[in-house]
Amino acid sequence: MPNWKMPKVLTSEITPKDVYRQRREFMRLAAGTALGVALPSHLIAGEKLPTLVKSAYELPDKLTPFEDVTHYNNYYEFGTDKESPAQQAGSLKTRPWTVTVEGEVRNPKVWDIDSLMKLAALEERVYRLRCVEAWSMVIPWVGFPLAELIKRAEPTGNAKFVEFTTLNDPIQMPGVNSPVLDWPYREGLRMDEAMHPLTLLTFGLYGEVLPNQNGAPVRIVVPWKYGFKSAKSIVRIKFMEQMPVSSWMKAGPSEYGFYSNVNPSVDHPRWSQAKERRIGDFFKRPSLPFNGYADQVAQLYSGMDLQKNF
Amino acid sequence: MQQEKYLSAAKSLVFLIALIPLAKLAWLGFHNGLGANPIEKITRTTGYWTLTFLMITLAATPLRAISKWSWPVRWRRMLGLFAFFYACLHFLTYLVLDQFFDWGDIVKDIAKRPYITIGFPAFLMLIPLAVTSTNKMVQRLGGKRWKRLHKLVYVIGIAGVIHFWWLVKKDITEPLQFAAVLTALLGFRFVRWWRFR
Repeated sequence: MPNWKMPKVLTSEITPKDVYRQRREFMRLAAGTALGVALPSHLIAGEKLPTLVKSAYELPDKLTPFEDVTHYNNYYEFGTDKESPAQQAGSLKTRPWTVTVEGEVRNPKVWDIDSLMKLAALEERVYRLRCVEAWSMVIPWVGFPLAELIKRAEPTGNAKFVEFTTLNDPIQMPGVNSPVLDWPYREGLRMDEAMHPLTLLTFGLYGEVLPNQNGAPVRIVVPWKYGFKSAKSIVRIKFMEQMPVSSWMKAGPSEYGFYSNVNPSVDHPRWSQAKERRIGDFFKRPSLPFNGYADQVAQLYSGMDLQKNF
Repeated sequence: MQQEKYLSAAKSLVFLIALIPLAKLAWLGFHNGLGANPIEKITRTTGYWTLTFLMITLAATPLRAISKWSWPVRWRRMLGLFAFFYACLHFLTYLVLDQFFDWGDIVKDIAKRPYITIGFPAFLMLIPLAVTSTNKMVQRLGGKRWKRLHKLVYVIGIAGVIHFWWLVKKDITEPLQFAAVLTALLGFRFVRWWRFR
């Protein structure tokens, strides 16, 4: 291109850096605000979620392909093998859907899923997911911190724990006809864990509405714990004083503890947790304490014996 | 004579059929069909077929006793060797693909993981049975000793099913099915032994 010349830009034309930064911030906030209005109702799996706020939660790790994230699932309500959820979860109806927030709160409420989604700006967060079976993925989730919802519920002083309950419908979920777990699926967190900024109330992945097999229409994602702690297709969030007993704790008290933080030095009684196979990799890699989120969450457990509180 | 010909052809056919699980795995492997966790898939599939061929092998004797046919027992050696063949693939998958010769971890697995503690010796026990499967070896050992040695397959079958039972996370449907089949096959022998004792 012989006729092309480097355009001259006057120094005065260049937007000063701080103004430019402010504008980005403004756009970010505007996008967030607009989102509340822009979100169309009745979103179903596969639909693109409108403009997401990019968050600081990024990872250098390569993302696990969408195909693998959505076709290799542990979701026993749709069968116990990895392929079943993708094949069977089509029968799950995600609208209408409500999430009951109750228990030790000043503002109990039955949330309609579409208004719940608009409660805060949706952001994309790339998290590692470490399954208790020693495999892992890297997934770009979409959601907002669970803390946003908890603040609005105004927990009372008695609220020490949060319990999440998954839908239990034998018609939509063929797997609950088998007594493999104590249905409905229940999971729990301590209040400080639930309030932690990493704990994500999740509505999508890869910029799309959550596929059914990944826990549509709403799930939590707690990236420093084994995958089963992150309850899917939630219908109830209950605040309580006593530590709830989760379905997996009931199924195997010596194998699945309440905390279930990713911990390479505490083995599952039947297999090692020291290493994991990242889906797509040939060689296993060492597993990291708290799944690599120790800087953010280790202080939650200071003074606790993690061998005992596994 | 004619019947011998048919039986020989049928045996060849069974030989080919017994290779189908491997062929299917290979085909899936080359067509990106093993899913997100191919190593797990290969391990599970080869393990499943090891147990299946063990059960088929153990079914030969009851089948002959009930039907009076001779072919089940005449094919038994081939089927037993297929159990060994899939067990080798299963073990090699663990050794090469899963652990990649990490001997330290392998020793730890054998010592600490109950399902491997029982599965590994079960595999080892298959080796003398495979080695002594030739006619020559039967002659060298003598029928009586050979028979006694090959009773090990009962232990291997039980250990194999327990291995599967102990490794599944929660859903024991498939191990239970194998356990039911094994109970029937060993139960048949026990009842017969009890009656003719």
